[in-house]
Amino acid sequence: MSDKATYVRRLGDNALILSQRLSEWCGKGPALEEDMALTNVALDLIGQARLWLAYAAELEGAGRSEDQLAFLRDAHQFSNLLLVEQPNGNYADTLVRQFFFDAWHYFLLNELAKSSDPRIVEIALKSIKEVTYHVRRSGDLIVRLGDGTELSRRMVQQAVDQLWMYTGELFSSDAADQAMVQEGAAPATEMIRTQWLQHVQEILGEATLQTPPADAWMQSGGKQGKHTEHLGYLLAEMQFLQRAYPGASW
Amino acid sequence: MSKEWPLWEVFIRSQHGLAHKHVGSLHAPDGEMAINNARDVYTRRNEGVGIWVVRAADIVSSSPGDKGALFEPANNKVYRHPTFFPMPEEVKNL
Repeated sequence: MSDKATYVRRLGDNALILSQRLSEWCGKGPALEEDMALTNVALDLIGQARLWLAYAAELEGAGRSEDQLAFLRDAHQFSNLLLVEQPNGNYADTLVRQFFFDAWHYFLLNELAKSSDPRIVEIALKSIKEVTYHVRRSGDLIVRLGDGTELSRRMVQQAVDQLWMYTGELFSSDAADQAMVQEGAAPATEMIRTQWLQHVQEILGEATLQTPPADAWMQSGGKQGKHTEHLGYLLAEMQFLQRAYPGASW
Repeated sequence: MSKEWPLWEVFIRSQHGLAHKHVGSLHAPDGEMAINNARDVYTRRNEGVGIWVVRAADIVSSSPGDKGALFEPANNKVYRHPTFFPMPEEVKNL
């Protein structure tokens, strides 16, 4: 598989898996308005996942469709970041996961909009409109909850501390990343990391929360298909229909 | 929640609309979040819409009992309704 196919498929996998996670909140959000907002974000992400996966399938050139990529791969063939497959937990866990992801997503897409690949530019520009709202919303909620009651503050801080070890992978760089940087198709991960850290520290500061040390130990492996125990369960649910009734469509 | 999250009325100007229309209500702790929630609940975030949110408590409404006093006088003065004027063809949709 080409480096570009790998890179684009990873973007699709991130959006797909996080969208699936957010969908689990449907009808269970803490307030009607939040329920709607979360499922809206899930729908935005599934739309983005489709665009990336359709392009990845083309680049792969093996005759697979976006649907086959989504529903007929096993956990070790998924290349999403470990962050997005983490369970929803409580509402603070979900929001912090979203906040970390949105900030990364936003800065990355802004750079991908300058890619040497016109298809990547097109998808990035379409996605930025939605993600600009996502990042604003999750940052706003982190501040509200962090700077809220004693209980809400404690819960958000706990979520920050627990999910922190999955943030290093957002900026890990392997052969596929480097090849994309070489041809001007994607930004260097270090640049995104700088922007991300600044944003996260600013928002957490405003929320009266502690930012864990930037040089803390980080867990990685998702991009290489080595996942936490959570992804298998998520896929079992997401892929059940296609596995039980191969080729089913409506 | 109702204690901390008051009720807001939402008015939206759609992309091709000239005026804000009342579309419904929602709960939110303050105006900023009411706007965010309105985007999610009522617009699906179409570009180019305007949203107004107003605390329901700030809206003063006519009471149903006043209906007669407020609207009847106009209804029984037929000369007040501009329906008897011949309009030139060129003027559409007036």
